[in-house]
Amino acid sequence: MNTIIKGKAFVLGDNIDTDQIIPAKYLSYDPSNPEEKKYFGKFALFGVPEGESGYPGGDIRYVSEGFESDYNIIIAGENFGCGSSREHAPFALAEAGAEIVVAQSFARIYFRNSVNGGYLVPSETPVKINEEIATGEEIEINLDNNKLKNLTSGKEYDLNPLGDIKAIMEAGDVFKYAKQMGE
Amino acid sequence: MGMTLTEKIIANAAGRDSVKAGENVWVDVNVLMTHDVCGPGTIGIFKDKFGADAKVFDKENVVIIPDHYIFTEDKRALRNIDILTDFAKEQDIPNYYQPGTDNYMGVCHVTLPEKGHVRPGEIILGTDSHTCTHGALGAFATGIGNTDAAFTMGTGRTWLKIPETIKFVLNGKLPKTMMAKDLILHMIGEIGFSGATYCAMEFEGPVIDELSIEERMTICNMAIEAGGKNGVIAADAKVEAYVKERTDVPYTLFKADADADYKDVYEINCSELEPTVAIPSAPDKRKGVSEIAGTDLTRAYIGSCTGGKTEDFAAAAEIMYGQKVAMDTFVVPSTTFVEKDLNTLKFKDKTYMEIFLEAGCRIGPPGCAACLGGPEDTFGRTHAEEIVVSTTNRNFPGRMGSMQAKVYLASPYVAAASALTGVITKPDSYLED
Repeated sequence: MNTIIKGKAFVLGDNIDTDQIIPAKYLSYDPSNPEEKKYFGKFALFGVPEGESGYPGGDIRYVSEGFESDYNIIIAGENFGCGSSREHAPFALAEAGAEIVVAQSFARIYFRNSVNGGYLVPSETPVKINEEIATGEEIEINLDNNKLKNLTSGKEYDLNPLGDIKAIMEAGDVFKYAKQMGE
Repeated sequence: MGMTLTEKIIANAAGRDSVKAGENVWVDVNVLMTHDVCGPGTIGIFKDKFGADAKVFDKENVVIIPDHYIFTEDKRALRNIDILTDFAKEQDIPNYYQPGTDNYMGVCHVTLPEKGHVRPGEIILGTDSHTCTHGALGAFATGIGNTDAAFTMGTGRTWLKIPETIKFVLNGKLPKTMMAKDLILHMIGEIGFSGATYCAMEFEGPVIDELSIEERMTICNMAIEAGGKNGVIAADAKVEAYVKERTDVPYTLFKADADADYKDVYEINCSELEPTVAIPSAPDKRKGVSEIAGTDLTRAYIGSCTGGKTEDFAAAAEIMYGQKVAMDTFVVPSTTFVEKDLNTLKFKDKTYMEIFLEAGCRIGPPGCAACLGGPEDTFGRTHAEEIVVSTTNRNFPGRMGSMQAKVYLASPYVAAASALTGVITKPDSYLED
């Protein structure tokens, strides 16, 4: 796990559900086939309604062309990843190049899938920051001291410590973690 | 300090005398269910991590139930089912409900209890968020992703964070026009869309005691719509009778301690409630039916794990008896079992199926159908600006297919009454005293 993550922010609202992250019609691509796997990246966040994709304007596609996004940091509000148990959701974001989602809260299954599959970091903030950061701004996140800095505006924010999940993320995924635990 | 029902079940599975909310524990899993959406991915990870020749932890208790990609011509979707068929054969899995055979059942969450795979006190994991349905039989049941499922498939174990529990006590008497669907929509509205995130939802009280097993399943099914990890109801004599009819696997009954620690307790007087609808586009956007009666619709949909069970159709048939629908109305039995009931059970002198056909409904084959959108040719899927009243469990943008469609969630009573008028309609006048 990288503990220093630097890059461009893509900003979303509250209750980004798994159908918005990867709509059901794309779930039948085969992740174990390298050619088909790329399509999860292409269609990541494809279901976010117009006007809500990339605040403040809300008219930006997460992946505008090709299979990868320009934005490796996703900033959202409450209840990110609510809805279905599809692991395709964190997988699709990771496939598009996302390294971290910073949100005020996460839905439980999405959170667990991000961690156990070792796809990307789900990081919670004590305060609502998605209204203070604009899509495209440069962000630096330090998971060693739990700080997020908006390099464009100069503002700094606290992140909640990763807690229990840090050990799993550091191990790589739940299989490696279980091995370490003697399971 | 005592333990909640969820804590009791998890402590037992962890081989511990007690556990507390917030702890992480490793537990033995009784049943792992997977389906055609997440099964192939799970199998891929299982093979990758445990080796090409690995065997599942327990072939009797890995249950594979294709239901989402049924009756489509979509090649990639059908490929998923082929992967499951090959795997079930390779692993010699007896509980594979294969499409196109006499063994085919339909929606996983209804099949699992119907076929005796859910027993009180067990840990049930499934690769679908609505796996929480099985808390209705006094089990701990929750949805997981592919990696978690692959790990459990190989080891029969998983780690669980012990959730805090929110208790809902349902007092009073359920009005005749209301069903379990109305109750859970009311409760989700009460605590909000993420009100139970990371929590267990435990349901009890005289109204719960009166509910049938199917109705209890509807309530626990939608715990996830408030972010809940699981929904659970302590097993009673009704559950025991239901389970014993279907399996002779032994089980343990658990009950919450009187001094258990709850995050919150909600007391609800059900006598004062009215039928409840969730308006587009979230399950917590709660309205009483009288507040929005008259809202224009273009379509009704009665089906899914939440609203396509035998009793759901009994309710719809009672409303539609001798009537004609005013708009496109789709009827989708959740399982082949339910489909059989439609053809044999009667309201007055007609089978439910006769009532629906005479009313002008379109009847689909058993499965998930349009509940989650899916391939373009899926039965009942939306493609444009439809406004749907639906007995399904989720109404996010694009959920039933089209991003432009709008979905109202309602009970089978309200959906059926609305199908007859073309607008959101109170069911009262269609029900006999």
